[in-house]
Amino acid sequence: MMTPTATHEPQRLAPWLAGLPLAAVLWVLLYAHLTEIADLAIAALGLSRATHLGEAVHFFLYDTPKVLLLLTGIVFLMGVIQTFFAPERTRALLAGRRLGVGNAMAASLGIVTPFCSCSAVPLFIGFVSAGVPLGVTFSFLIAAPMVNEVALALLLGLFGWKVALLYLGLGLLVAIVAGLVIGELKMERHLEDWVRAIHLGEATAASGSDQRWPERLHAGLKHVREIVGRVWPYVLIGIGLGALIHGYVPEDFMAAFMGRDVWWAVPTAVVLGVPMYTNAAGIIPIVEALIGKGAALGTTLAFMMSVIALSAPEMLILRKVLKWPLIATFVAVVATGILLVGYVFNLVL
Amino acid sequence: MKHVKILGTGCRNCQTTLKLVEEVARAQGVEIELEKVDQIQDIMQYRLMATPGVVIDEEVVHSGGVPDRKKIEGWFAPSA
Repeated sequence: MMTPTATHEPQRLAPWLAGLPLAAVLWVLLYAHLTEIADLAIAALGLSRATHLGEAVHFFLYDTPKVLLLLTGIVFLMGVIQTFFAPERTRALLAGRRLGVGNAMAASLGIVTPFCSCSAVPLFIGFVSAGVPLGVTFSFLIAAPMVNEVALALLLGLFGWKVALLYLGLGLLVAIVAGLVIGELKMERHLEDWVRAIHLGEATAASGSDQRWPERLHAGLKHVREIVGRVWPYVLIGIGLGALIHGYVPEDFMAAFMGRDVWWAVPTAVVLGVPMYTNAAGIIPIVEALIGKGAALGTTLAFMMSVIALSAPEMLILRKVLKWPLIATFVAVVATGILLVGYVFNLVL
Repeated sequence: MKHVKILGTGCRNCQTTLKLVEEVARAQGVEIELEKVDQIQDIMQYRLMATPGVVIDEEVVHSGGVPDRKKIEGWFAPSA
């Protein structure tokens, strides 16, 4: 028999106690002086903010460190939080929950439970067969991609905490309501037969529930390496394109077809988003620049959410466990939710 | 000889896990028979909740995320 955890070399806490506060102080110092640093940098380059080029370069030099700092901070925290919510634990928390409270819990847990998109099907089966109601399971599955930590970090950095909070709140709301609706429709018969036949008895060895702090902090660091290591080129490209738009595109250029007065812009954005696959890291900096030129935030957020939560590849994966009527309902409910988010953002901001 | 199965539908994490297991086994001179399980019905027989999963001699030793190198080395260490 194997005892895989026993062979783990224990991580020590002491280096963390020294390194973490140091990193935090450095982080805060840098974050507090972003404008000065960007000002100094363009002065050193011999540029002025009065020119197109100077303004574009300033935008890039200010936004890049800001976004990367926020990204690293938030992704690290998420990595640590996720060690408390192994999928098995989440399932145990949700099993037998009633609709309503269960949906709210599921949506929140969807954000903090770690799993990659290809685990959607095993998770789905694991939940349903352990007695988590179908509607509650859907709340979980919708919230997970919809409220995404990379998007949250970018929105916080580029638009401030009000927009970030609104994104978080509305994303949760869509997940909760969509789950409630799917639960009310009693669509259990539209699960594939083999899924209904599976009865997952005992959960497999829960990973991560017995970790200690050094391991949790280490997991946060690993998370930063994986996620920031993967998305930073997109962030740079996005901010670079954003900087060009910011510096060179005339004011109000976008207002004509992406402005808040264009009523059909939101549904068009949602429909365009479905066949696409992209990530928040590259698109949000571009969005920031477009908004400066008259595009509406709600329209662009609706586009982003539809790209992430309704992508065609995701549907094909779900088809392995769900029959068409349930997939169609899922798409319709989530799309309606995203439309509402788009209109609400356009109205409020 | 150990019979190792990698459970996963083919995402990047699954491929990384497969490569890592192969590498560690070779480095430690352990002979293994490696098998990829990518059909969701087959994966679900092992009752795990997140992929990639690793099964050694029909026992699930890992699920969810790429396992640490140290953890893998533990699987192939000469048993006491």
